[in-house]
Amino acid sequence: MKMPETDEGVIAKRSSLVGRFRKFLSEESVINDHDELKVYETDGLTAYHQLPMIVVLPDTTAQVAKILKICTSEGVKVVPRGAGTGLSGGALPLADGVTVGLAKFNRILDIDYGNRTATVQTGVTNLAITQAVEAKGFYYAPDPSSQIACTIGGNVAENSGGVHCLKYGVTTNNILGLEMVLIDGEIIRLGGKHMESAGYDLLGLIAGSEGLLGVITEVTVRILPRPASARALLVGFSTVEAGGKCVVEIISAGVIPSGMEMMDKAAIHAAEDYSDAGYPLDVEALLIVELDGPKAEVDHLLQRVEEIATSCGAVNIRASKNEGERLKFWAGRKAAFPAIGRISPDYYCMDGTIPRGRLTEVLARVTDLSDKYNLRVANVFHAGDGNLHPLILYDANKPDELERAEKFGADILKLCVEVGGVLTGEHGVGVEKRDLMGTMFNEQDLNQQQRVKCAFDTEGLLNPGKVFPTLHRCAELGRMHIHHGRVPFPELPRF
Amino acid sequence: MESLLRPTDDTQVREAVAWAASENKPMAVLGAGSKTALGRPANLDTTMDLCKLTGVLDYEPSELVLTARPGTSLAEIDACLREQNQELAFEPPDLAPLLGTAPNIATLGGTIACNLSGPRRVRVGAARDHFLGMRAINGRAEAFKAGGKVVKNVTGYDLCKLIAGSYGTLALLTEVTVKVLPRAEKTRTVLLFGLEENSAISTLSDVMASVHEPTALAHLPANIAARSSVDLVSNAGCAATAVRVEGPTPSTIFRCEKLRGDFSKLGEVEELHGQRSATFWKEVANVTPFVTRRELTVWRIAVAPIEAAIVTAAIGSKCNAEWYYDWAGGLIWLATPQSDVTSNNLVRDSVASAGGQATLIRAEANVRTVTSVFEPLPAALYKLSARVKQSFDPKGIFNPGRLYAGM
Repeated sequence: MKMPETDEGVIAKRSSLVGRFRKFLSEESVINDHDELKVYETDGLTAYHQLPMIVVLPDTTAQVAKILKICTSEGVKVVPRGAGTGLSGGALPLADGVTVGLAKFNRILDIDYGNRTATVQTGVTNLAITQAVEAKGFYYAPDPSSQIACTIGGNVAENSGGVHCLKYGVTTNNILGLEMVLIDGEIIRLGGKHMESAGYDLLGLIAGSEGLLGVITEVTVRILPRPASARALLVGFSTVEAGGKCVVEIISAGVIPSGMEMMDKAAIHAAEDYSDAGYPLDVEALLIVELDGPKAEVDHLLQRVEEIATSCGAVNIRASKNEGERLKFWAGRKAAFPAIGRISPDYYCMDGTIPRGRLTEVLARVTDLSDKYNLRVANVFHAGDGNLHPLILYDANKPDELERAEKFGADILKLCVEVGGVLTGEHGVGVEKRDLMGTMFNEQDLNQQQRVKCAFDTEGLLNPGKVFPTLHRCAELGRMHIHHGRVPFPELPRF
Repeated sequence: MESLLRPTDDTQVREAVAWAASENKPMAVLGAGSKTALGRPANLDTTMDLCKLTGVLDYEPSELVLTARPGTSLAEIDACLREQNQELAFEPPDLAPLLGTAPNIATLGGTIACNLSGPRRVRVGAARDHFLGMRAINGRAEAFKAGGKVVKNVTGYDLCKLIAGSYGTLALLTEVTVKVLPRAEKTRTVLLFGLEENSAISTLSDVMASVHEPTALAHLPANIAARSSVDLVSNAGCAATAVRVEGPTPSTIFRCEKLRGDFSKLGEVEELHGQRSATFWKEVANVTPFVTRRELTVWRIAVAPIEAAIVTAAIGSKCNAEWYYDWAGGLIWLATPQSDVTSNNLVRDSVASAGGQATLIRAEANVRTVTSVFEPLPAALYKLSARVKQSFDPKGIFNPGRLYAGM
């Protein structure tokens, strides 16, 4: 993975920068010791690592603004970082960059039950928001698997999803406002507690912008009342095809489950061995369908889904009878990643989204690719929204296995795009999928995105080397092709 | 010289933009023109009319995704979705009658470009939340795409969010992909009569915090309720608070009963079924209470819901305004008899002090020239927004000044 060239001139400024940061940050909030920097060398995508030049740990927005001002004036690159749980390398440091760690922004600022909002600092964890409001019967809906550790600021930057987003949306659908610092140190606020804002929807743009447009310091989220009840259905199929058909039929029948997950045989076995969830082991595909809402609705829809599943040839159907059983059904799925970690020294998690109707075909081709690369694969799948998570099993200690795993992964993502899907549903592009962007977007598409980046960051100092396969200078992108003093095409079109 | 460009395909759109960029011809961009009177008046002699770019290109009900060209009417899309028992869940309002044009002509592109959402916004999000992907032409006459045709996607910047609500100032849409959802099997609207506004807002807030999953919550003061074409509402002779529940039949009936039970402690209760419920919410969405009173200046005000009655009381104490509430108070439709600088400032200042936003939806063109139609932006945001505009449209040829003067 090629990263932006290291600027030796910047490296030479290292101790002077440390001194300037220490003028307003405590000794331990400015890290430049090799061993301490090591903590920050990677994120959730551990295949890549790089020691940052300096790590700073501010705890006020004003400090973030000062840091960014200094970095702008000295031409120093900046990498924002939340909890470092991201799976696409979005927080991968740069050798000549300052990593701005936001873990100290851990205060919940305001909980407003009347307006159903919570305003929190950027480093508050996803789960902590729910924990802060659950006594009153509320929760924050997006629930990425890393919710115990991942921060809300990171969730906004990556536009994180989770298992309930078909019904409740992803991060962008659940935030109302934020405060952020632009690269030149300017502090801006977007949105608030109201549901509509004038002007361009910059809040919507920031969600999923992967730390390339600004450093988020505060977020206002929508909180929701906990549904009155929830039940889950465990459905086994003797073919992947029947499971895929069932997913399509449930949606076609007008039922939007709060969660609909699918696992293939390899994933089922790994999860069951790990967590004793009670999954059937003699099936090729397993669906977990969760319905929530008033009890009358849940029972009614559960029956509908059972009928649909039966008509699709389900060989095994179990409905949760109580909350404990429902959680047990989920325990296996939620532990799928560590479970795979137990059966393979390393695994590589992919994240493409496909049209649900192409599932059978895509899984068959993933199996072919598995043979081609001679690497095992286990599939877990947010079936409700078409988001695939194939887990490629490999051993980094064996020569060329990592390389094969990466090629296998790239082929899966290209396949997702080929069938009308996208490279990433919820993990982000980061460095991991950066060089695959060209399979989905052409040069004009990417240029338009990079011009928007230029509107925020003319010098390209914020998190460069992520998302975009080619770095362009803003001046070059801004040029319009002028011929003889005019843009060609002088004729008035007539139609 | 006035020119009207009415391209019929993407190539023609691109050619027209290339011409306009080369000749420095700023142009007014429109679909069916139903919302031309919304925004700062442009007074441009070149018009880019996208109404010929029509047709549903791709619709796969089980994928919950529909792709259409921007000039396709919402009526056509609705008919297409209805056949499969689906809908655009954000319940796009038809503001054409309010703005003085014919009803039922609004296009998908225009609705997305103005990010217009109806009563169900409180549960399912706004138009922008349902806008998944696009093809468009930027101000450099370059075709580009963004987003995708699947419901979950974080590949690249979400440029769709910028286009939603940009009022045609950034790029010309040539293809729009939206998320669609199943229509509810059953709908019930519970009416509670005679609440004064503070208790109405606090009651609606309680319902939003309940487990009843309401999909629309409005409060109509007595003077507004009297104008409804739904007799149960207009004949009551007092304020009407309305809550809609939707979903599978047993669930809807159960929740409706629960709400009736809760509400009966507060006042007289009624319920609307089927057509009458639909009519009631169409009136709320389309601002029907103010449509025929053409002399009134109309504001759309977004505030933190619990502040709603405080904002209206502040305005009402100083001018002869009338209003009603949607989105459990989060949206106020307010009309004033005058549209002078004093009353406009009164509205803006009252809303701003509650942390909300006001949009001048209906006013004479001369008023919309001197008063900002959209909530004025703080300086830093204005500068940033202007740079975003430039990143799409460096020569400022798409609807210049429609959102903000000089942008």
